[in-house]
Amino acid sequence: MNFLELIWLIPLIPLAGAAAMLFLGRHLPKTVISFLCPGAVFLSFLISAGAVIQLAGTAGKTHEVVQFMWLPALNAQWGFFLDPLSSVMILVVTGIGFLIHVYAVGYMAHEGGFYRFFGYLNLFVFFMLMLVLANNYLLLFVGWEGVGLCSYLLIGFYFDRKSAGDAGKKAFIVNRIGDAGFIIGVLLIWQLTGSLRFVDVNHAFEHGFTAETAAWGVLSTTALMLFIGATGKSAQFPLYVWLPDAMEGPTPVSALIHAATMVTAGVYMICRTHVLFELTPMASNIVAVTGAFTAIFAATIAIAQNDIKRVLAYSTVSQLGYMFLAAGVGAYWVAIFHLFTHAFFKALLFLGAGSVIHGVGGEQDMRKMGGLKKYMPVTHAVMFIATLAISGIPGFAGFFSKDEILAQVWGSVHGSKVLWAVGLTTAAMTAFYMWRMMYMTFYGAERSHVHAHESPKVMTVPLMVLALGSIVAGWFAVPRWWTFLPDSFRFFDTWLAHVFGRENGPTIPDAALTLASVGVAVLGIFVASRLYLRVWDGPLYRAMQNKWYVDEIYDFLFVNGLAKGGGELLGAFDRTIVDGGVNGAGWLTRFSSTVSIWWDTWIVDGMVRLSSFAVKLAGYPVRLIQTGYVQSYALVFVAGVLAIIGFYFVR
Amino acid sequence: MTEHILSWVLFTPVIGMLLLLLIPSEKKNLIRWWANIVGVVGFLISIPLVTNFDKNAASFQYVEKFDWIPSIGATYSIGIDGISLLLIMLTTMMTSISILCSWSSIQDRLKEYYAMFLLLGTAMLGVFMSLDFFLFYVFWELVLIPMYFIIGIWGGERKLYAAIKFFLYTALASVLMLLGILVLYFQYHQQYGVYTFEFSKLMSLNMALDMQRWVFWSLFLGFAVKVPMFPFHTWLPDAHTEAPTAGSVILAGVLLKMGTYGFIRFSLPLLPKASIDPTIVRVLAVLSIIGIIYGALVSLMQKDWKKLVAYSSVSHLGFCTLGIFALNPNGLTGSVIQQINHGISTGMLFLIVGVVYERRHTRLISEYGGLAHVMPKFATVFAIAMLSSAGLPMLNGFIGEFTIVAGAFEANRAWAGFAVTGIVLGAAYLLWLFQRTMLGKITNEKNANLPDLNWREWAYFTPLIVLAFWIGLYPKPLFEILEKPVANIVMRVRPDYYQNQNRIREAAAPAVPAPVAVIPVPASH
Repeated sequence: MNFLELIWLIPLIPLAGAAAMLFLGRHLPKTVISFLCPGAVFLSFLISAGAVIQLAGTAGKTHEVVQFMWLPALNAQWGFFLDPLSSVMILVVTGIGFLIHVYAVGYMAHEGGFYRFFGYLNLFVFFMLMLVLANNYLLLFVGWEGVGLCSYLLIGFYFDRKSAGDAGKKAFIVNRIGDAGFIIGVLLIWQLTGSLRFVDVNHAFEHGFTAETAAWGVLSTTALMLFIGATGKSAQFPLYVWLPDAMEGPTPVSALIHAATMVTAGVYMICRTHVLFELTPMASNIVAVTGAFTAIFAATIAIAQNDIKRVLAYSTVSQLGYMFLAAGVGAYWVAIFHLFTHAFFKALLFLGAGSVIHGVGGEQDMRKMGGLKKYMPVTHAVMFIATLAISGIPGFAGFFSKDEILAQVWGSVHGSKVLWAVGLTTAAMTAFYMWRMMYMTFYGAERSHVHAHESPKVMTVPLMVLALGSIVAGWFAVPRWWTFLPDSFRFFDTWLAHVFGRENGPTIPDAALTLASVGVAVLGIFVASRLYLRVWDGPLYRAMQNKWYVDEIYDFLFVNGLAKGGGELLGAFDRTIVDGGVNGAGWLTRFSSTVSIWWDTWIVDGMVRLSSFAVKLAGYPVRLIQTGYVQSYALVFVAGVLAIIGFYFVR
Repeated sequence: MTEHILSWVLFTPVIGMLLLLLIPSEKKNLIRWWANIVGVVGFLISIPLVTNFDKNAASFQYVEKFDWIPSIGATYSIGIDGISLLLIMLTTMMTSISILCSWSSIQDRLKEYYAMFLLLGTAMLGVFMSLDFFLFYVFWELVLIPMYFIIGIWGGERKLYAAIKFFLYTALASVLMLLGILVLYFQYHQQYGVYTFEFSKLMSLNMALDMQRWVFWSLFLGFAVKVPMFPFHTWLPDAHTEAPTAGSVILAGVLLKMGTYGFIRFSLPLLPKASIDPTIVRVLAVLSIIGIIYGALVSLMQKDWKKLVAYSSVSHLGFCTLGIFALNPNGLTGSVIQQINHGISTGMLFLIVGVVYERRHTRLISEYGGLAHVMPKFATVFAIAMLSSAGLPMLNGFIGEFTIVAGAFEANRAWAGFAVTGIVLGAAYLLWLFQRTMLGKITNEKNANLPDLNWREWAYFTPLIVLAFWIGLYPKPLFEILEKPVANIVMRVRPDYYQNQNRIREAAAPAVPAPVAVIPVPASH
């Protein structure tokens, strides 16, 4: 079978699953849904795997399937594009997505809205696959917005709770702010290159433009705009605020958002546009600095959290910071490598945390856990592996990718020692807060009053698979100084070199660097074992616990200030000034009409009546005489005649 | 019949209305059925316009022309191009939908009500078909009368205020527009010695920029009030809130487009010099952008569900006018598509308010909450309408908005920058509305037993949903239909646009031709 021609089916199958849930889900029994929806993702995984294997056999390592012209205005096709980069992504999305689906069957078994939940999950996977398989920026934007929508739906899944609705809305709107930047970036690309198709765009950037090393130019603006989009989706400072709230959704959703979908979108998009970022060292610097800052900033918050999912949420923000740090220094394949390993252990951590929460009856506060190891051996074992992986202990997946990032930051021409130091400090902090979480949850005294129990097989088996992945995934790209291993252990690098090229390879693959990063990790774990239950009470700690009050500041400035305040103000403006103007005109018309009536009655008509009055007045004396009595007239007449006669006689 | 198909489309509603008047008032269901049949027939009869339409023709199609009042040079002259075709299809569809949605919500004076609606249908179609300014003006004014009665008789509590405001505001603006028309009319007589209102003839007028500017502003008043553009918009929230559901649907769905259509059909081609005058373009673009952001912000704080949707119209129509005055193919095409989209999405949003209003008789957002529990199907429809209005890709709104923003970007990057903030805010007020009405627990006892959508309600939502997805997924036919007429207008206003565009393209083309990297293989289904 030619899977390469079928890549358009990869997103479509989960969409079909989602559609089936929307139209029929209500009437389907849970067992059918439990097979149908995970099955759809698994089928996509099989096609993806087949397509990737076939892709590896082709010469160009790219394949494109165009179905129809979608948006003629920007010449954007409905087309799918498979290359080494997107092949990594589809395998992560479908593979880990499938495991999360299976786990969710167990996790959601007793929840209402089962079909709705799985419909949303499938839709999420569909949009994410659209995002990574699109052959142009606009179709990528379909997935880009779509995952935002699904996060809205899924975070708000428990829509009874106001906090869930709020969190979903926040995720969507914060993402949209990033999207505004993304749209502008895409339009700039369109104007600069005349195309939105990845192949054309990258080609045009490669051949038609010179790097902006000296001055900030339009290319740098373009790159920055795209990066703003990425900060929204991939939860980087300052747009990271939605991600920690996103754990309002059911835990499998958090795993899906944090590990397999959504947050990886920004990293993917930046790597997809790597040619542009290579031309814009200043914009790339911003990416690296933002990444490093986000990494350490989120780590400081994670240290002080007591909610198990919040710790993990901030660790995701922090780890994404690493990915951007790598991309910012030009080590794109390493960014994707960390994305890849992170997907395994972060999915595992979230699902493991879900298993813990499930086991202790919905409690998320780690202060009320402790000593769970003996009740939940499997969960403990897999969480142990995942925590070792994220801490960067050699042999586990996270070690390989994080070590490579730090080596690249140290060695790359775009890197710097300061950024390296920030990365290293973050690594120590990561080890600390992760082991703090482990100690608080699984070791020490039991502080829970609930009878904890292990989760069912349908949940633990996916955990075990992910645990395996959290070890194995790293061995695809071992450190370069491990020369005792053959090149096949650096397969990941080789595979992505088809996309990113090799010229950005590290200059100093140093054992000492590895030693340093392992050293701080061990130190972090050690400190955690001593201090895990310690609570400091100082303004600094409180600030960390309260997430540096960033949410409050945003609320004050943007939500209540700009949006609601502005809306209120403009609403008042609209009622009083604009509409007031109209009503005023109406009032003026009526007023002038009243005046006119008065004028008409008293002046215009008054004149008429005045003239008649004047005539009347003038006629008054005459009226005295003109009585209308014929006798008086006769009398006057006679008197007159007598007078005239008298006059003649007298003369 | 085929040679007079346009007249048939135009007069079907009014013929139906005359027959309706023969039905005795007591036979309420017969009146309802008859009105609906006329509405649907009006739509069906307009379908051949699409199937027989030649999208490659540059001129007007289905043209009919008779002398009407020869003494003043007024003719009955109608015809359509791609732009009017789309708006006509929108009109016939929305007319039949709004007649259907009145079935149970209107209970008294049925005969008069439906008669008004059918009359309104003909009047609106006339506006979009007229090729003669006199005929256009007659239809333009004729629209006001049934709408005035629909708001004033079947409206809400402040219906009289709203109806009078609507009537006076728009009538005043139309009179000023008439002055502009008369200037053209007499100018033409001065130059050619003939009195004519015919649009095609007036095109050959030779007017100085100054004169054009005056006429432009006079037409502007007429159109801007209709759109409505900021700051001429305040009649709209009142008219919308007080009108019955069907009135709002037709008002938002079709009536507002008369204004944008006026700009596209008359202002631009007849006054090309004024239309590219930098001051005029700047004023229009700035007013559009203010409308986009202002409308969205004011929407955010509305307490009245219907008023919120009404203000969102101000924001969306801001996109449409911005697209027009980007004065390039993308801007104009996007604008027309967005006009259609706005009809679909905002039409749906008003229908949605109508559904709950009919059940609860209140429009206050605070009266609702948690409706998704009792009306899950309704919540799904609302979600789709909301996302289509917020411009989510794969739905219709995105196609229009993005094309407009691309056009605005080409004209002036800052415009696009401001316009995208409107997209962000659009998501904000809609999601918040959805959250406040649909999500959470049911807090108000009265909402606990609301029935979900009935079949009749499905009947009018379904075609709109299908269209929303269709335009979102496969808008190519729309772009094809619009290509020629939009090119005509662009060339009229900016004769050297396409030449320059080609020159820019050639200059920007990379030295090395892009490789045919992968042969695009059509998918084998």
